[in-house]
Amino acid sequence: MIACERCLRRTALVARLAPHVERARHERRRLRELLALSDHELIAALAGERRGAIAREHEAFDAARAREHLDAASIEAVCRHDERYPLRLLQADDAPAVLHVAGDAGRLEMLAAPDAPAVAIVGARRAGADGLQVAHALGRGLAAAGVTVISGMALGVDSAAHAGALEVGGPTVTVLASGADVPYPASKRSLHRELVRTQAAVSEMPPGFKPFRWCFPARNRTIAGLASMTIVVEATERSGSLITADLAQGLGRAVGAVPGPVTGPRCAGSNALLRDGALVIRNAQDALDEALGIGVATAMTGRRPDELKPALRGLLRRVEDGHDTVSALAATPAEAQHALAGLSELELLGFLRRGPGGRYLRLL
Amino acid sequence: MLAHVTTFTIDGLSSRRITVEVDLRRGLPAFTIVGRGDAAVRESRERVQTALVNAGFDFPQRRITVNLAPAHLRKVGPGFDLATACGVLVASEQLPAAALERWAVFGELSLGGELRHCRGVLSVAEGARGAGIAGLIVPRECAREAALVDGLEVAGVTHLQDVAAILRGEPPPELPLAAAQPSAAGAEPDLADVRGHAAAISALTIAAAGAHNILLSGPPGTGKTMLARRTISILPPLTRGEAIAVTRIHSIAGRHVGDELVRQRPFRAPHHTISPAGLVGGGSLPQPGEATLAHHGILFLDELSEFSRPALEALRQPLEDGVVAIVRGQHTVRFPTRFQLIASTNPCPCGMAGDDRCRCSEADIARHRRKLSGPLLDRMDLLVHMPRPEADELERAVGTPSHEVRASVLEARERQAHRLAGTGLTTNAELTPRLLRELVRADGAATTLLRLAYARGTLSARGHGRILRVARTIADLEGSPRVRAHHVGTALGLREEQVLEGAVAA
Repeated sequence: MIACERCLRRTALVARLAPHVERARHERRRLRELLALSDHELIAALAGERRGAIAREHEAFDAARAREHLDAASIEAVCRHDERYPLRLLQADDAPAVLHVAGDAGRLEMLAAPDAPAVAIVGARRAGADGLQVAHALGRGLAAAGVTVISGMALGVDSAAHAGALEVGGPTVTVLASGADVPYPASKRSLHRELVRTQAAVSEMPPGFKPFRWCFPARNRTIAGLASMTIVVEATERSGSLITADLAQGLGRAVGAVPGPVTGPRCAGSNALLRDGALVIRNAQDALDEALGIGVATAMTGRRPDELKPALRGLLRRVEDGHDTVSALAATPAEAQHALAGLSELELLGFLRRGPGGRYLRLL
Repeated sequence: MLAHVTTFTIDGLSSRRITVEVDLRRGLPAFTIVGRGDAAVRESRERVQTALVNAGFDFPQRRITVNLAPAHLRKVGPGFDLATACGVLVASEQLPAAALERWAVFGELSLGGELRHCRGVLSVAEGARGAGIAGLIVPRECAREAALVDGLEVAGVTHLQDVAAILRGEPPPELPLAAAQPSAAGAEPDLADVRGHAAAISALTIAAAGAHNILLSGPPGTGKTMLARRTISILPPLTRGEAIAVTRIHSIAGRHVGDELVRQRPFRAPHHTISPAGLVGGGSLPQPGEATLAHHGILFLDELSEFSRPALEALRQPLEDGVVAIVRGQHTVRFPTRFQLIASTNPCPCGMAGDDRCRCSEADIARHRRKLSGPLLDRMDLLVHMPRPEADELERAVGTPSHEVRASVLEARERQAHRLAGTGLTTNAELTPRLLRELVRADGAATTLLRLAYARGTLSARGHGRILRVARTIADLEGSPRVRAHHVGTALGLREEQVLEGAVAA
């Protein structure tokens, strides 16, 4: 079944009114309330002097042409009257009328059942190496257990979570503030290409849409609505990720956070969530226990160190003990070459990753 | 009467034969020089006139016309003084004309008639031999430099009177003795002074052995410049041909002090505010730039990201071709630029990457890398991280002395030269993809490792070739005929490519 005319008309209207919404936000109108308005109320509330013109345009909406556009952009539209529309998202009264899917719509269909396991991983764009590593490991561990990883493809934590899930072939769904076919941020275009090729990119906006500022918090409500649980990896006190966590809580969903150092501002927001009672998430296993029930699935841990050759195992242990650069591991140039060879092997076996500044990070 | 004197002018790195014609005739006393000379050539009139009088000769009160032929060539510098003076002496019959058929002269005059040191004497001597001239008279300070050219009689003189004596047929003075060479040991900075930095030293050894370009990444003050400077001490010594090429360049640039062959590979570390012309050479009369001054040596670019984009772009051709062509009007000058590039950079804008104190986001680091990337990062075979050394590293025993490292570098170079015999190449860094396939044999385990790295996205297709080249050099240092797994492993650990977390799938 193809998206119904009413929902497509609604989508076109929201896209048409996008600049007006931006302006209304400056006047401190609540986004949630705006998006929950009916079509006519929305025009009345936002369009101002152009009310008549926009209303006429709205009446004259041509669904057939809209569908042609979707086909041309190879985008599938799933409207809220479609049985493939995720039930969980419908619980929100401001849920998007249409979800546009670039890539494999099957990934979205997996979320149609009310108890389909899906976890949102969100966090800072300017995340530290630790945060990125945890997000990557969470994405990988959850996806490997069949839990859909939902995130927003932003720089930092979001992309790391997607990348982790992609490493084990998904499932993962990215929810974009732009059209589903528009990679935003542009620097993540190769990640977007990969997500569209094997997974799914979802947006409530029509294809080709360039995002306004309000589209990002709006996108967050979709992320929170799709997931049964939201995990915040790193968030400062004013982070947008906290909005997502708030929205999830409002929908009665579980909210978790990864604890971070209390000495700096980088994790102040996520730590505050923990203080307020969010679930403590240390690794993928913690998240799986919450999302699926305790003991239902065991997080994949990759190869175990005891399968390694003794020399490599010893090297790995020294890295774990904090000797994480070649200089710290080797006293002579010959030892350094030896250490480099061992570190590369451990890296290729998935135990380590060469991080910034030449430090080797233990992969979780 | 008309006199002809042969001299030379510098053109790029070579010299061109110039005939100085001097004509004396009756008329109001005048002294004119024609033939596209620059300011130094025009001022030469005053120097020549005063020097002749002070040296005890007569300056003819006649109409003197000097022509520098061929007329189309621009002539630069004070090197025509001596030729003009000799021409005047011969034309006024104070000296016999016959001797000027076997001698060419080159030198600047002081007002007292002494000869001064001049730039580019080596090129002039090569030009004289090429032109089939038997002897060359030069200032005594430059005599040994000119004598580096075989098959040319060189007379080193101090005064215009000595020149006159030679032209009258007296035997030229003996060449001056070589100045005592400072003993090579002790003068060069040595690797033995370095504590810690094991990874960087092994990477620089590999770079020296295979002539690979290398990027040192680390916060300021960790010793990147110190190590780069010491790389000279582990490179093979200059061959005679290389030494002559280096001496020629440095002599023309006026940087050659002393009168001997340059024995040490040059190390050039231009400041990051350098202009493109300063880096690769330029000027209306093209002068060699830093890339040429570093020929057969090391060009060290400290804080690579601070260099201007045009300057780095300009380095692209010299890096790839080993030569830079500077075109001015109808005139093209070629300068050789076969240098090894060592660059250093901060790992991130704040310099603390990998440390908890680092406040740089993924976007900041990506921006930092974008500034680096482009023309030069592609040409970097090796990357080594140089974190701030831990306290216990500084207390460790001193390192291996340079001459031991140099011995193994030399062995590795010989193995490369042997393998590459007949291809016209000498080092692994120059291996083309085709030669890599034909000449570099990896064993089974090494191939598996490379496949794994490629499949995991650790390695791009372009990175693949670089890893093989570096692994081949590591194997050469070990004397292993085949590339084995641990060679590939070490090369992977020193790969330049950095895969950011978010880009794992990219």
